[in-house]
Amino acid sequence: MALSDQELKEIAYLARINVSEDSLSSLKKELEDILDLFQQLNEADTSEVNAMSHPLDLSQPTRKDEVTEENLREELLKNAPSVKSGLFLVPKVIDGEN
Amino acid sequence: MKNYSEEWEAVIGLEIHVQLSTKSKLFSGASTDFGALPNTQACNIDLAMPGVLPVLNEEVLKMAIKLGKALNAEINSPTSFARKNYFYPDSPKGYQISQMDKPIVENGYLDIETEKGGKRIGVTRAHLEEDAGKSLHDDFEGQSGIDLNRAGTPLLEIVSEPEISTPEEAVAYLKSIHSIIRYLEISDGNMAEGSMRCDANVSVRKIGDETLGTRTETKNVNSFRFVEKAIQYEIERQINELESGNKITQETRLYDSQVNTTRPMRSKEFANDYRYFPEPDLLPITLKKEFIEEVMATMPEMPNQKRERFVSQFSLSEYDAGLLAAEKDLADFFEEVTKVSTSPKLSANWIMGELSAELNNENLTIKESKVSSDKLGQLISRIEDGTISGKIAKDIFEKMWSSGKEVDEIIQSEGLKQVTDDKEIESMIDEVIQGNPEQLEQYRSGKDRLFGFFVGQVMKASQGKANPKQVNDILKSKLEK
Repeated sequence: MALSDQELKEIAYLARINVSEDSLSSLKKELEDILDLFQQLNEADTSEVNAMSHPLDLSQPTRKDEVTEENLREELLKNAPSVKSGLFLVPKVIDGEN
Repeated sequence: MKNYSEEWEAVIGLEIHVQLSTKSKLFSGASTDFGALPNTQACNIDLAMPGVLPVLNEEVLKMAIKLGKALNAEINSPTSFARKNYFYPDSPKGYQISQMDKPIVENGYLDIETEKGGKRIGVTRAHLEEDAGKSLHDDFEGQSGIDLNRAGTPLLEIVSEPEISTPEEAVAYLKSIHSIIRYLEISDGNMAEGSMRCDANVSVRKIGDETLGTRTETKNVNSFRFVEKAIQYEIERQINELESGNKITQETRLYDSQVNTTRPMRSKEFANDYRYFPEPDLLPITLKKEFIEEVMATMPEMPNQKRERFVSQFSLSEYDAGLLAAEKDLADFFEEVTKVSTSPKLSANWIMGELSAELNNENLTIKESKVSSDKLGQLISRIEDGTISGKIAKDIFEKMWSSGKEVDEIIQSEGLKQVTDDKEIESMIDEVIQGNPEQLEQYRSGKDRLFGFFVGQVMKASQGKANPKQVNDILKSKLEK
């Protein structure tokens, strides 16, 4: 299955991966090979098979609605490179909504 | 603006996000309380620390099942979660856990009422998902501050079919959902605080067209009134654009309540592509029959059932019953009043008249009422047993509201007991007749409408305390002499 350079760049952007121009062609080849494998899977007749969303044939365990986690702020903020007034600081992002 | 309403019709669908009022989050044991200090209610799971796994809160399943039942919908079992992939700093995982193929609630409907009559609106689905944190963009030396207290709070997103045709229907639908979630006690439904949020998908087409027009999605609408205004604005804007030969761009728009317009959000470089896939960290959930039945057994009486009961049990009009039943707290208050007062009709009138006016005045909820249901019931009883007239009752109500005193205390201390003694009323009437010989003569020579003048004078002389019916009867017999 053929991919255009534009499609490849969009996929990289969505995954926030920087792809240099000179690695585009090799990456494209690898992705196309993977897509071919899925193409092959698509050819299998699954009309008699139930859709499966997880390989384990179990039901998800649940927990009671109880607050078990205390305030961990000081400890968690220690992991962050930049904090202020109890907030994590990140490069400015304004996307027209909050 | 030209009136295009005979040529164009609108097609509206609503997406309503409801914050579920659980104690802990959808997938973690962190608290969901509103208004805590930043990041004091976010744990390893909410922060997506390496190696953590989500553990599902059982309560959200119960809440979703209740909503499904109230919306006459199917409950999917198994139901499963999916990843919605996007990058934004207030969502540390880089994806939101949501539902795609097997939402817990599917294929329901809701009957709404507007001035134009009843209509059934289809509910496509309601699915569970986690809320994001908050980004604060001011005052951090060019950086954004991130508060993850809200990250992972459980939401139910309720998606309607595009079967809503007017802004009025949209508001009726929204109010009905609001009423239901409050009755079910699965959310406080507070739109101002964001525990209920509404996005409106709007398109227009020429009446008779089969295909849908290009739609826009309007976000940021945080009150019932704004939902109505935002949709109205968007319909008119789209009709104007099309009438001028322009095209509608499929886009997300923000509603600005200050100036009552919608404007496009900055469009993204690439169209949104969330690349949903089944959530590998969570197994599909099989809802056992007994579990669903257990939840069903806890279903409270719903607004429409309550309305019908109020009509049959208390002989209220459909309209009064509907107003009272729309809000659970109001309905409960009404039933408490009727336990004391014995006149449901009078109780309903007082709650929706005097009491509601005072509550609106001071911006209070029914639960914050300064006159309790007990005290209001006593006041109404005093009207029923003839101790006071309806007019005096209104003055007494004012005094009860401001002083917190009981009705009997005020009647006693201010001498407001209704005068029902025939003799006493007679002597007042005699005095009024003697004092107004001119009017008496005019009345007797045929000026019937002066009767009201005499009633007024007698009521005035009694300081409003004379029983109006007795005044009427006695006055009539005296004037006819």
